[in-house]
Amino acid sequence: MTNTIADIETADVILVTGSNTTENHPVLSTFIKRAALKGKTVIVIDPRKIKLTEHSQKWLRPNPGTDIAWINGLMNVIVKENLHDKEFIKNRTEGFEALQETVKKYTPAYVEEITGIPANDIVETARLFAKAEKASICYCMGITQHTCGTDNVKSLANLSMLCGHLGKAGGGVNPLRGQNNVQGACDMGGLPNVFTAYQKVDDPTAVRKYETAWNISGLSNKPGLAVTEMIHKAEKGEFKSLYIIGENPLVSDPDLNHAEKGFRNLEFLVVQDIFLTETAKLADVVLPSFCFAEKDGTFSNTERRVQRVRKAVEAPGFAREDWKITCEIATRMGTKMHYNSSEEIFEEIRKVTPSYAGITWERIENGGIHWPCPTVDHPGTPILHTTQFTRGKGLFHAIDHQAPAEVTDAQYPLILTTGRVLYHYHTGSMTMKSNGLNEMSPECFVEISQNDAAKLDIDDGEMVNVFSRRGKIKAKLSVSSKAVDGTVFIPFHFAKAAANRLTNAKIDPVAKIPEFKVCAITIQKAA
Amino acid sequence: MSKENTITIDNKQFEFKAGETILEVAQRNNIFIPTLCHLKGTTPTGACRVCVVEVKGARDLVPSCAAPAVSGMFVRSESPEVIKARKNIIQLMLASGNHNCAIRKFEPEDWTSFHLKVLKEDSYNELCPVWGDCKLQDLAYRYQVTTKSLPVSSSNYPMETVNPFIIRDFSRCILCGRCVQACREIQVNNAIDFGYRGAKAKIVAGADTALKNSDCVFCGECVQVCPVGALIPKETFKNKKRFEKTETVRTTCSYCGVGCQMDLTVQNNKIVQVNGAKDAEPNHGSLCVKGRYGYDFVASPERLTTPLIKKNGKLEEASWDEALGLVADRFTEIKTKHGSDLMGVLTSARVTNEDNYIAQKFTRAVLKTNNIDHCARL
Repeated sequence: MTNTIADIETADVILVTGSNTTENHPVLSTFIKRAALKGKTVIVIDPRKIKLTEHSQKWLRPNPGTDIAWINGLMNVIVKENLHDKEFIKNRTEGFEALQETVKKYTPAYVEEITGIPANDIVETARLFAKAEKASICYCMGITQHTCGTDNVKSLANLSMLCGHLGKAGGGVNPLRGQNNVQGACDMGGLPNVFTAYQKVDDPTAVRKYETAWNISGLSNKPGLAVTEMIHKAEKGEFKSLYIIGENPLVSDPDLNHAEKGFRNLEFLVVQDIFLTETAKLADVVLPSFCFAEKDGTFSNTERRVQRVRKAVEAPGFAREDWKITCEIATRMGTKMHYNSSEEIFEEIRKVTPSYAGITWERIENGGIHWPCPTVDHPGTPILHTTQFTRGKGLFHAIDHQAPAEVTDAQYPLILTTGRVLYHYHTGSMTMKSNGLNEMSPECFVEISQNDAAKLDIDDGEMVNVFSRRGKIKAKLSVSSKAVDGTVFIPFHFAKAAANRLTNAKIDPVAKIPEFKVCAITIQKAA
Repeated sequence: MSKENTITIDNKQFEFKAGETILEVAQRNNIFIPTLCHLKGTTPTGACRVCVVEVKGARDLVPSCAAPAVSGMFVRSESPEVIKARKNIIQLMLASGNHNCAIRKFEPEDWTSFHLKVLKEDSYNELCPVWGDCKLQDLAYRYQVTTKSLPVSSSNYPMETVNPFIIRDFSRCILCGRCVQACREIQVNNAIDFGYRGAKAKIVAGADTALKNSDCVFCGECVQVCPVGALIPKETFKNKKRFEKTETVRTTCSYCGVGCQMDLTVQNNKIVQVNGAKDAEPNHGSLCVKGRYGYDFVASPERLTTPLIKKNGKLEEASWDEALGLVADRFTEIKTKHGSDLMGVLTSARVTNEDNYIAQKFTRAVLKTNNIDHCARL
């Protein structure tokens, strides 16, 4: 997030898109709902009539996979009505002319054709957003999990810059991160193209810096493969081993039938986890590790706040701490890696990670600090880009609408979008151990509109088979007022009816993120 | 002599900011004023009146939670009249339901023996599950309130136990309305409200249905703010060892990316309760159903406890030495035979920064490849 969670509540207008906030980020959603209660304007732009729409002044319903079009539509109106922030554009950005040219054709009427959002709603929303003194954009996987995910995000950044809503309190472009330490995993270089703090692996200076810091030679300067690419290569026999720490891709990956083949094709699979997950069952070696309550360390949250994790209980049996297991494997492979404590590792992180350099465990004992925090006397940075952007001037990207990788046809006439429910988390390896959570959400369901159910002549609660071009699952039909005609939602938590047997593994060319939010399906009553 | 924006509380002058209540000025300056219905961050309701103070010139006692500080105000926080009023309020609350922890029905000697008996046999079902952690009980002791002269009133409504997380014991509810404020103004779930009138008054979910049939999402904010034993986590209710030693550990939630700060209550190496950390960013005490009640996995019997190695297609228990040796040997072998770039590591958005750092260091420095990723996109 460019801004903080608390900051959202101070915005005059909050635009929430591609985020089912009350179910996926329940506590963060309270900030949005409280803002609405105090009379601030909340606008929800989402293919589903999610709970948050009960708190919003406006709900715009785009056809799945048409986000660039409505964002360009808003910008078309803003420029046409002269509502853009000329001062901000002049001083802080570049590329405005190209953007202006591109959005010209996205008139409200044209946008209505693509997105299904009434032209008038586009006009009104554009005015609300642009005229607000402070407007915040919150988005989540509904924006990113598309083959044009990167362009969707850039488009939101365009919209915010156009109105000068970046770099100030109550504004910002705020991705809501879905996992406790997904921010930290990225910050720590758990990505194929960067070391810690996004220092590029193909930058010779960065490589030298790390070789010196680690006292080692021959680090690869070739960007590695993303998880989706590794699995794809494994399927073709071009990838040999995987060491998986605390992940369950055999439920969370797209197009599972193919992914499973990839995993089975590996010569050697090691899974380190707290449970025998679907993925662990395929492993050659399974290593038992600690859960969060057994560890000392840090997590970095969605607002870049580095916070302490503290050991509360002893781990069961012979389980060991994740970093200790990894260090032991390294040492046995001939490269000694030894630390006396998790804090000692953090001290090493500080040395090679400029944005974390000023953070110490002592400083965050009573409350986290937002990176970047370059020195120990730096207070941290709750709001990014206040005086300039990382690259200097903010660059507008002129982007055109692109259709999703898979569209509906006579054989697969419905669109499937996937996501989470309130009571479960990701592949359920943790939440499904709770009787209470299981009682509230016992099984997979296929959320469908009243009209679509009637057309299929299937009643609420009946079992259905759902087919895509890649696979089939069986689950209970759930007729819901959240669903809009033509679009079906299935949570991906449940291994027994894994929505990812249906999803499309087509990825965004830059971010390598799969298109979980659009694929074509058909539904039949189960025999 | 009095300056702009100063009030006098108990003969001491204090400055105040525009809009501050008497209670807020007092709390900021460590002057004790008891509260029950007051809930920080929500509209004051003045419902319980236990926070009344004496204000010079005012005809009646003034609820300090709702009264704004006014320049030149002269406040007595605990005058004899204030104490008398508070005793009265507390007494009526104790009499309104099943509050057996105070001096009700027992001579002072008796209630000591009652509690000793309870401590000896902690399954004694007379005992309130929040004994020792109850604001009303604290106040009853502070103001030495006895209730034996008052008639006992029984509850109109049976206990609600039909959901997996929260027990609603209407017999202990004092109708302070904190739960309603928490639900409507903090979490804004609008699931509960005041229902019925007079002696029949009750906190209702929806049109007086069970929580699980209402808009309730079991965030537990109401449970955390309930000052008495009317709303309690089911686990706490069932815990028969509640007088055994517990420890509290502040940590960060391990579910979504919000990073809520939580206090784990630990007893005998087991998490027995989770509370939102009240004084901490970013959540200020709020949690969701997963964070607050979804901790069973930690002590699940399904946890992996020993390394496993696949032998003849079956995972079998192994020693660390054997497992680590095999992993190191096979990785080395594959690296030599196929090269580093045919190997990969998936690190995790679930583990700590320190774990992640070590995973990428291992990938880059030992395997000598950049094939490292995690499920950020999934």
